[in-house]
Amino acid sequence: MNLLKNTLAGSLVMAGLATSALAADDTIKVGVLHSLSGTMAISETTLKDTMLMLIDEQNAKGGVLGKQLEAVVVDPASDWPLFAEKARELLTVEDVDVIFGSWTSVSRKSALPVLEELNGLMFYPVQYEGEESSKNVFYTGAAPNQQAIPATDYFLEELGVEKFALLGTDYVYPRTTNNILESYLKDKGIAAEDIFVNYTPFGHSDWSKIVADVVALGADGKKVGVISTINGDANIGFYKELAAAGVSADDIPVVAFSVGEEELSGLDTTNLVGHLAAWNYFQSAESDLNDEFIAAWKARMGEDRVTNDPMEAHVIGFNMYVKAVEAAGSTDVDAVRSAMYGLEVPNLTGGTAVMLPNHHLAKPVLIGEIQADGQFDIISQTEEVPGDAWTDFLPESAVLKSDWKDLGCGMYNTATSSCVQIQSNY
Amino acid sequence: MRVILLALAAILCLAPSLQAQTGPVQDLLQTHRALIEKGSRKSIAPAIDAIAASGLTEAQTVLQTWQAKDMWQRKEDKLFFRAEEVAKKTYRLYDFDSGEAVGDFDKGDLKQLKPNSGVRAMIGAALVRFQLSDPDPVRRLAALEAIQRDAEASHLEPLRASIPDEPDATIKARKEQLATLLTLRFGSDEPTRLKAIESIATNISLDSRAALNTLLTTKREISVGPAPEGTNVAAIMKPGKDLDQDAAYDMLADKGLVPPRLSPADIRTTLAAHIDGGKVAGVPVATLNTDEARAKAYAALVAQGMAQSQPTDGEIAAALAAHTIYDAYVEPSAAVTAAAEKALASIKTRVSMNQMLDLALDGISLASIFFLAAIGLAITFGVMGVINMAHGEFIMMGAYTGYVVQQLIPNYTVSILVALPLAFAVTFAAGVAMERLVIRWLYNRPLETLLATFGISIALQQIAKNIFGTQARPLTSPGWLDGAWVMNDVVSISYIRIAIFVLALTFLALFLFIMKRTRLGLETRAVTQNPRMAASMGINPDRVNMLTFGLGSGIAGIAGVAIGLFAKVTSELGSDYIVQSFMTVVVGGVGNIWGTLAGAAMIGFLQKGIEWMNPSNTLAAQTYMIIFIIIFIQFRPRGIIALKGRAAGD
Amino acid sequence: MTRQPLFAKNPSLLIFLACLALFTLLVTVFSEAMGTGLISTSFVKTLGKTLCLCLIAIAMDLVWGYAGILSLGHFAFFGLGGYMIGMWLMYARTRDIVVTSMANAEIPPTNAEVIDGIGNQIFGVVGSSDFPLVWAFAHSLTLQLILVVAVPGILALIFGWLAFRSRVTGVYLSILTQAMTLALALYLFQNDSGLRGNNGLSGLQNLPGADHIPQATISLWFLWASALALALGYGFATWVVSGKFGSVLRGIRDDEARVRFLGYSVEGYKLFIFTVTAIIAAIAGALYYPQAGIINPAEIAPIASIYLAVWVAIGGRGRLYGAVIGAALVSLVSTWFTGGQVPSIPLGFYTIDWVDWWQVVLGLSFVLITLFAPKGIGGLFDLFTGRTPPNRHGKDLGPDSGALQEQEADA
Repeated sequence: MNLLKNTLAGSLVMAGLATSALAADDTIKVGVLHSLSGTMAISETTLKDTMLMLIDEQNAKGGVLGKQLEAVVVDPASDWPLFAEKARELLTVEDVDVIFGSWTSVSRKSALPVLEELNGLMFYPVQYEGEESSKNVFYTGAAPNQQAIPATDYFLEELGVEKFALLGTDYVYPRTTNNILESYLKDKGIAAEDIFVNYTPFGHSDWSKIVADVVALGADGKKVGVISTINGDANIGFYKELAAAGVSADDIPVVAFSVGEEELSGLDTTNLVGHLAAWNYFQSAESDLNDEFIAAWKARMGEDRVTNDPMEAHVIGFNMYVKAVEAAGSTDVDAVRSAMYGLEVPNLTGGTAVMLPNHHLAKPVLIGEIQADGQFDIISQTEEVPGDAWTDFLPESAVLKSDWKDLGCGMYNTATSSCVQIQSNY
Repeated sequence: MRVILLALAAILCLAPSLQAQTGPVQDLLQTHRALIEKGSRKSIAPAIDAIAASGLTEAQTVLQTWQAKDMWQRKEDKLFFRAEEVAKKTYRLYDFDSGEAVGDFDKGDLKQLKPNSGVRAMIGAALVRFQLSDPDPVRRLAALEAIQRDAEASHLEPLRASIPDEPDATIKARKEQLATLLTLRFGSDEPTRLKAIESIATNISLDSRAALNTLLTTKREISVGPAPEGTNVAAIMKPGKDLDQDAAYDMLADKGLVPPRLSPADIRTTLAAHIDGGKVAGVPVATLNTDEARAKAYAALVAQGMAQSQPTDGEIAAALAAHTIYDAYVEPSAAVTAAAEKALASIKTRVSMNQMLDLALDGISLASIFFLAAIGLAITFGVMGVINMAHGEFIMMGAYTGYVVQQLIPNYTVSILVALPLAFAVTFAAGVAMERLVIRWLYNRPLETLLATFGISIALQQIAKNIFGTQARPLTSPGWLDGAWVMNDVVSISYIRIAIFVLALTFLALFLFIMKRTRLGLETRAVTQNPRMAASMGINPDRVNMLTFGLGSGIAGIAGVAIGLFAKVTSELGSDYIVQSFMTVVVGGVGNIWGTLAGAAMIGFLQKGIEWMNPSNTLAAQTYMIIFIIIFIQFRPRGIIALKGRAAGD
Repeated sequence: MTRQPLFAKNPSLLIFLACLALFTLLVTVFSEAMGTGLISTSFVKTLGKTLCLCLIAIAMDLVWGYAGILSLGHFAFFGLGGYMIGMWLMYARTRDIVVTSMANAEIPPTNAEVIDGIGNQIFGVVGSSDFPLVWAFAHSLTLQLILVVAVPGILALIFGWLAFRSRVTGVYLSILTQAMTLALALYLFQNDSGLRGNNGLSGLQNLPGADHIPQATISLWFLWASALALALGYGFATWVVSGKFGSVLRGIRDDEARVRFLGYSVEGYKLFIFTVTAIIAAIAGALYYPQAGIINPAEIAPIASIYLAVWVAIGGRGRLYGAVIGAALVSLVSTWFTGGQVPSIPLGFYTIDWVDWWQVVLGLSFVLITLFAPKGIGGLFDLFTGRTPPNRHGKDLGPDSGALQEQEADA
């Protein structure tokens, strides 16, 4: 089959009908690399459905460059090495033009070398720990300065929190984020002994002691706040224990970076009213685009389904890709990448998302309070914040910057004015 | 252009009618409009103070409305109103001054003011003076809570004044307690403060500890020579003893009192800045790839006066000797801080004893969860010797049964009461089916039972995913299980955990009853010990095996409901517990329910103990616990309570 | 019983080696590196990894099928082998990057600065920059290669010595080995373990100093290496089980107490086979992970080791080619089904989507094979060789069912 296709493509090129081998195909292939089974299926299946919806909508509008889009869905099954294998399969066997995929950092890191080797293109839709900028990946989720730092500022300034409990699941995103936050808080004059850090395993369910520890932090009369990078299922046990212990959001506010509408749908939120989450998107955001998107989503998937931040990231990423392909006039990766810089598309919260030369987006930061109906009441919304690949709050990375447009380097040391490396450190 | 003109005309026409609605409150709000719109805790204080101090009768209503997020702003004229939702997306506005309805408006024309919880707390603090004597006890309590959260010196007088007239005894007690705490912080004269401190010296509540600790806030200071007279010094930091020498020197350097130490990076930068024709101070650049060479080159630069010298050890010691680093109390009165220190010390021992008690409760709770998860396994594995890797999936089936029942019966209490027996029935049936179809063919091939049941386990897990999806499903406990049993601010345990503990005890009793007092138990024990002999006594071993296996599975189902209530319901629920359950049974000693109990208790307490020693890493606690179990089994391969004699035969 | 050459005694060995050689040759000829590209590089990698899985399946068959120890922890050794080689791969690759980038600096870097730079690159992502102690030998390929064998070997030796000494047997031992692999996985999950926690070691497919060589070629190299290791492993296993040592092992499997009464040191035999298979597993792992590209703690979760037992059971334990067939078949079929390439079956009221239902089919097939075909797929070969058990009218074949003493005594 593959052979046939290649021969066909070759003959068409010979005939001079097309400018590139890829254009000979009558569809644009979009790879969807999200786990449909295993532990991450809970989050990633939704994103696969989002992508299929977006592709259908675009095809209904007539496709891109007069071609229909074709989704190629594979299942890496929450098995990290499989992300590399499937990415290679998508790029070499299926010849996809672009991949939308990954959720966890480790799955992205697994696919990265393959993407860089084969010069693929991937859109990564989830908030992550930063400290990375690959030539072949566009990060449409939040970098730490678009979620963690503003939320911490909100704690410091608006809630007057003086003592921090950084609770996280033991993996890279919480580790790095907490590391950045610890350094940031120390800069802000919070003493080391006023920062309590705890790491729990994935799916942790026994939270009584940790909640008791957090409550006990209040013994020295300082206002305590919890910054939670607890992942997935474990949140349910955590919030249940928090509710049982009677911890009110007025006494000890909790701001979560990994809890959205989807996670709350597994919970009774009446006891959690007032606790916070920081994202770039909430379903409750008021804009016409958002209303349309929610309506389309519910019509397709069912009334009880909710929308969340990584979905919006895919919407932005997809729309940008479509625009970039149209601007470049082809699906050639390098051409599309150059066309991406500076591209603007409307986001669902009523503003505009801009693609920066460091492959991150400028997005607004929203802070929402949990309501009894499982939705978020947006109480703070900033202007668009440009995403920063290398955080300014760790000494090693403060000197680094990423600029693929002019410098052509994802890890540029501004102190020595040299490119540390073109490829990523995985 | 015409449009704009028309719009202008419209505004002009509207203006008189709007003017009519303003009054003193609205004027006040408009004065501070920018601040109110911004709604930031950092800048909002003048607005709140102005409203609270305005002396207007409506001030309290305005603040309460604002705090409850019921204050809205009309977009066209920026006026503030109280709003009530009368229909979807339609709000009725009420004027603050007159209290009368202004009209119904579409949500699009209005903007809700959403004070964040920091601002809400400030409004609460401002409301204290109005609410302390409010006829509504709920408001009085709200005022007390506001004081508790954001105590101010100005609260003390109104609070004291409100105590004599307080009708409610509990609120009065709380007011008195709060007054004590405020007195010791903000009291005007030393003796009353000392008395207040003394009065709470045995009180382990979080509030009193917080109040005492606030008194003891210290600040690190540096002085040239000894600490200045008149400072309330908490402790003097001796470099090299209380403080690392280098760290102490860096502190001095940060204050600009001494020249800073140079890091290798500083040296490198300086060297790089002085490259001259491929050489730095005469040393070729290419050779600068060792620390010695760099030190030499740098020394040469210093000698030429082109770089700052690195302070020597002697200079560091001299600088440290010339300065005093000390912690000073913010509170000026030494008598107060001394009394507070003493009070805290006596509280501290009580607190740590209570913490131990709390840890023990946590340990018991975890042990009862492990026990509940393992008790079914104690029957199937412990008594019958069947390795059922699908045990965890039976737990999951129980939890999903609970979820389905809750979808059908909205009343949480009734649904739980229905779910428990139903979960038992469902998993009992599943267990019997599995025993009949698979396990009975494999009774003398235990290792293969393990594989076959593992196959069933992954099939069941995937089927659950296909039916219920991968999202976690809610299983909500009834209202009377919400909250926690609070002994004091340190010791508390949630009701749901108590319920699980009770459930575990019930099943222990039930198990003992069935095994020791019923015909099934007798037959089970007989079949376990010697199936052929039992068969010759007229017992049908097939039937007994089937029922016993069903019983074990059924209990797993009930455990599933309980675990779902306190954690989550996902298809992976079972696999989280399966390894731990097996270990509980093996560590305790196979074939003995007391052993399982002992195993669960040991694992539960051990895990909490390790967590207590290393509170920042729960994962480590689990790792070390498993390693401990592995080692434990090496020394007691038959578990804590080992069967003796023939029953122990393989 | 007379002494015969190994090949004459085990005709299956020759057949197996011939098949393996043919397979390797075919894959090589049709691979992308050789021009035709009928087999894509990603599939070559899959095949290479499958060969490594076959190798660990042989180890599992030795320890379970022949010695009767159902170890549910052999993937721990497999993973450790991967970690050991991964450390060198990461270190060496990162050193190249750091040295190149520092070469541009005005002042040549000191050794300490280079090491700091490497540490920063490797651990920056997990919020640290210092090298933990376990990386002490990462700079040297030779030392790390020794560790590939030594670390899992020593772990197996200590664990086995403790377990066999206290006569932990049967199901207890299985659960204990499962606990061991769980403990190791949890330990590696921690960031403090110094092996990058949940992220593990990644980018392993990029060999240091081989940037200019395309992955198509590298994947072939690894395929050859894996095939060679599998051939050697198979030969070694055949040699081990065909002599007196093998007879004692089978004796231990069938009745441990009798063998002990005959004067054999049962513990010594068990310990030896446990340690040797751990080392084989580690070598398989060291070849597997450079092809997979990333290793992390999830790889050694208890479930992986259970799957290993299932492969061997499906293939047919107690015969080496059975283990190879089982591992190859199940892992390749799984890849095929989860790849989303298998067409769905519409039933009218419901569409069977294989991504959703494959696990169910897999699980139920374990049950069916255990119940109805305890000899596994390998049992089919008995039809050709005429090796059928005597009809004992439904009774067990030996002290433990599934034992084939009479037939094996003939060999």
